[in-house]
Amino acid sequence: MYPLFNPKNVELTPFLFFTGKGGVGKTSVACATAVALADRGKKVLLVSTDPASNLQDVLSVELTGEPVEIPAIANLSAANIDPEAAAKSYREKTVGPYRGKLPDAVIATMEEQLSGACTVEIAAFDEFSSLLSDEAVLEQYDHVVFDTAPTGHTLRLLQLPSAWSGFLDTSTHGASCLGPLAGLEGKKEMYAKAVAALSDFNKTTLLLVARPDVSSLNEAARAAHELKEIGVQNQLLIVNGVLQTRHPEDAVSSAFYDRQRRAMNDAPVALKQVMTYALPFVAYSLIGADNLRHLFSFYSITTAAEANTAETAEMPGLERVIADFEANNTRVIFTMGKGGVGKTTVASAIAVALAERGHRVHLTTTDPAAHLGYTFGSGQGNERLSISSIDPEVEVANYKAEVLKNAGDGLTEEELAYLKEDMESPCTEEIALFKAFATVVDKADDEIVVIDTAPTGHTLLLLDSTEAYHKDMSRSAGDVPDSVKKLLPRLRNPQETGVVIVTLAEATPVLEAARLQEDLKRAQIDPKWWIINQSLYAAQTTDPVLRGRAASEKQWIQKVVDELAAKYAVIPWLAEEKIGYDKLKEFSN
Amino acid sequence: MNKIEIYDPAMCCSTGVCGPSVEPELTRLASAVYSLEKKGFNIKRFNLTNEPAAFVENALVNQALADKGPEALPMVLLNGEIAKVASYPTNDEFSQWFGMTPEQLQEKPKVKQSIKFSI
Repeated sequence: MYPLFNPKNVELTPFLFFTGKGGVGKTSVACATAVALADRGKKVLLVSTDPASNLQDVLSVELTGEPVEIPAIANLSAANIDPEAAAKSYREKTVGPYRGKLPDAVIATMEEQLSGACTVEIAAFDEFSSLLSDEAVLEQYDHVVFDTAPTGHTLRLLQLPSAWSGFLDTSTHGASCLGPLAGLEGKKEMYAKAVAALSDFNKTTLLLVARPDVSSLNEAARAAHELKEIGVQNQLLIVNGVLQTRHPEDAVSSAFYDRQRRAMNDAPVALKQVMTYALPFVAYSLIGADNLRHLFSFYSITTAAEANTAETAEMPGLERVIADFEANNTRVIFTMGKGGVGKTTVASAIAVALAERGHRVHLTTTDPAAHLGYTFGSGQGNERLSISSIDPEVEVANYKAEVLKNAGDGLTEEELAYLKEDMESPCTEEIALFKAFATVVDKADDEIVVIDTAPTGHTLLLLDSTEAYHKDMSRSAGDVPDSVKKLLPRLRNPQETGVVIVTLAEATPVLEAARLQEDLKRAQIDPKWWIINQSLYAAQTTDPVLRGRAASEKQWIQKVVDELAAKYAVIPWLAEEKIGYDKLKEFSN
Repeated sequence: MNKIEIYDPAMCCSTGVCGPSVEPELTRLASAVYSLEKKGFNIKRFNLTNEPAAFVENALVNQALADKGPEALPMVLLNGEIAKVASYPTNDEFSQWFGMTPEQLQEKPKVKQSIKFSI
């Protein structure tokens, strides 16, 4: 379909940024690219911002923020900058000196304000910038490879003149998303240089990494467009994990292959404008120099991976989850997880199963209506099941309109631009959606409500502190809606609410899900179930490539079972897509 | 001239956009303070997240926090004395303190400063 990616055949700029959602394999691809370039005699610095320090496993070397030479691979140096740690040290620097001087409760409110995704994102940009703006770096290395890239939101914020003008310093119109950059002025030049390097065609290439599936390709199209708009023009797309051959007699193998081909054929038009390469689906883990080199030799299988395949261990399925919710009379069920793990399908399957057992169920989802129709097909449903769809775009648009109506008056043009960009942050969407959910849950007193996403712990804690703060401000027109106030305590009540974390049996999705769980626990919400979705290990396949991958899932399933989940279930990778009410029933049979 | 100090609770943004609901009270306040500052009045605002030192150094604020915890915020000091606890000044109060009409308060400041760089 697409030519296979090989750094040998592609003209590459000094700075290479790999970007993509968690689980698409961008660290592995970045790593393999760095190794390939180093093997060809180029001096390469590989910079990872992976908070889980995946890179250390991949290269089998202990890494720090300072570049170190990798002994096993000539010409390659690597550094691991951990934005979460950077954000944490920023937080500690800000808050630490006041411990003991201000009451603990006051300190806690400060800490929470500095615990959001924005703080981490800006901290990461801060780290990139020092490399991008330092001319000495390019004298020392031919290529600097980053396994992540700043988001459009961060770059746009930094481009706004208001981010730099005096009124941030006077803290009259303090910045939300730029919060961690309180001492912004001092860094202006460095950021300006960094942003200029990013948009220089001859200096920087953005390599978008996606999986050959619909949601991943859509996400890549969105990122490509967004970054192009703000000037990052030099882009490539790598579709990672394309199954090269299929075994026609094996149902899983054929379906896997066909689904990937369909997704690539139907890829968004926007992506057709971007030069696209593929990388093969491989049976082995991309760990260690040898395996990283195999990737560009297009080996799908190594001998080591083949020997070790699955004896089918006993794994509880979705019916176990349903029975548990039924026994506990759970009223509100959230399925949570990063994009692409199938949380909408899992939410739909749970809703259908509960309706089948005689309960009145309301399913609400943030997937575009078209997709919900797709999941349910046009077949007959069940009168006990009702479905509503929350369109994030509509909710966010309404929310923004409301803010501008209430707050836009009297602002100068620059302030207005700033306010608008502030609302492009992920927090805005989360808050807008949470309000929409709260309305749904509020209306459903005699139904079980199943929701296919949930707010992060950070948002919940912010909502909570604001609630306390609002107690004294009863005359404020912008009060927290009643539905939101009522939902918070319900969420924390394990008798009433069940939170299900959906993940895949792979490194990044499991580690991301673990972080999600930590974040929820901060808000006193204990996820009850982990569901490992689309497991090849639990599926029956004879395809040697897929079997190799199945074997590598084992350690991640084990980690979930042993270390992370209170209770767990596993859903196998299914050859047949479960579309329609009757098919969804089969999940729990 | 009167001197006003406003001590905000920990907020990620003082425009109120980041909260669970739009907070017109905060944007009203931000605009009023911005406007007063530009007119040269003696008004200062401290966000607990960014400027915790101010909350330690001011004995009155520090005592209020010790007594009431974060609930004491926002606090307003007029010439160094506590004027308001747990709420912001209204536009009427601003007008009174600075001897101007509410209309004058809402005038847009003319001063603009910006440093642009583009990519």
